[in-house]
Amino acid sequence: MRYRHDEWPSALAIVIGVLLVGCDQPSMERQPKYETFEAAPGWPHGQSAREPVPGTIAHDDTLKPIPDTQPQELDAALLDRGQQRYDIFCSPCHDRTGHGNGMVVQRGFPAPPTFHSERLRNAPLQHVVDVITNGFGVMYPYRDRVPVEDRWAIAAYIQALQLSQHTSVDDLPPAQRSELERASTGDTRREGNQ
Amino acid sequence: MAPLFRPRTNALTVVFLVGVLALLVAISVIAYVVYRSPYQTDAGYAPEQPIPFSHQHHVGGLGIDCQYCHTSAETSDFAGIPPTRTCMTCHSQEWTNAEMLAPVRESLSHQEPLAWTRVHKLADYTYFSHRAHVNNGVGCESCHGRVDKMHMTVQRQPLTMEWCLECHRDPGSELRPQDKITSMGYSPEDDAIPGHELIDQYDINLDHLTECSSCHR
Repeated sequence: MRYRHDEWPSALAIVIGVLLVGCDQPSMERQPKYETFEAAPGWPHGQSAREPVPGTIAHDDTLKPIPDTQPQELDAALLDRGQQRYDIFCSPCHDRTGHGNGMVVQRGFPAPPTFHSERLRNAPLQHVVDVITNGFGVMYPYRDRVPVEDRWAIAAYIQALQLSQHTSVDDLPPAQRSELERASTGDTRREGNQ
Repeated sequence: MAPLFRPRTNALTVVFLVGVLALLVAISVIAYVVYRSPYQTDAGYAPEQPIPFSHQHHVGGLGIDCQYCHTSAETSDFAGIPPTRTCMTCHSQEWTNAEMLAPVRESLSHQEPLAWTRVHKLADYTYFSHRAHVNNGVGCESCHGRVDKMHMTVQRQPLTMEWCLECHRDPGSELRPQDKITSMGYSPEDDAIPGHELIDQYDINLDHLTECSSCHR
């Protein structure tokens, strides 16, 4: 049988298609694209992750300056967030109560001052935010690890910690007060027995 | 003319056919076992790193939270590998002359990042998001195992699609309350809010979890 002249292109397409099936397909498992932090030979440091061009910010970042007062409403949720962030970033040195005897200090890091001194109790929140942002003494800056809102949340929580260590019995709600009295009489009894 | 086949050929034919069948089954079983074995899934993979960084020491021993270094776990698809400055936050004062930490100091002084070897690798057609998991009740431990007991970082789970789907079909048993996400050794059965309550609490849409496009885009 003779092919008609106009059948050749489709016949050729079928043959090419069949031949292509036999070719090595590029692996879909490792595609020619960069995943986060994937090495990129030929780029500076061999990194696909680029540093921002000086003088630019991320598209979803804010141009507003760092606020100099608490930018969020002070409520329990803010203190919870502050506590969570404080326990993550601050407690390794400052310990969970703010006395400055965290686990890293116990392993030899120079001890930070306690938050419960007269000076720091009277320091403005802004001071805490500044120290988190810029570091202080041997403490490194945390500006690239703790976002601005979290810095203010931590500052608020530190103030709550300070209050917890420097408050009079009269300021306690009745329930906590009776609990405290029960605990302290219990302590006296134990000491009396020794 | 003599017969073409001798009588015992009958028996041989049966043996041959059964043998071929058995061989096919054996090859399939072996292939399946190998395919699911750590040899193929990389479970147990613990590559050598530029510094023998011990999670056991930093997490188990010092009690440092995962997010101290992996800061973007709750805001980004990627949990984040800490920059050298994070290491130096403590090691500017601690173990300052340790031979083991020489690469960290060189990295800082030359402004040259440390090249860690990735342990948990997914295929490029799978889109995993840390943010989607840690903000919806899945703890680090569910996929990474007891990191607080690892001297060398090791892949504990097979990371196969079957393994992902086990949880995506029935996530209740792997969910934790929000304040226990980075805890190690948390037991969802013993000290927990029941899974179905957490599914409601996190407002998890179970139908969506097994849709192809949830992980493949």
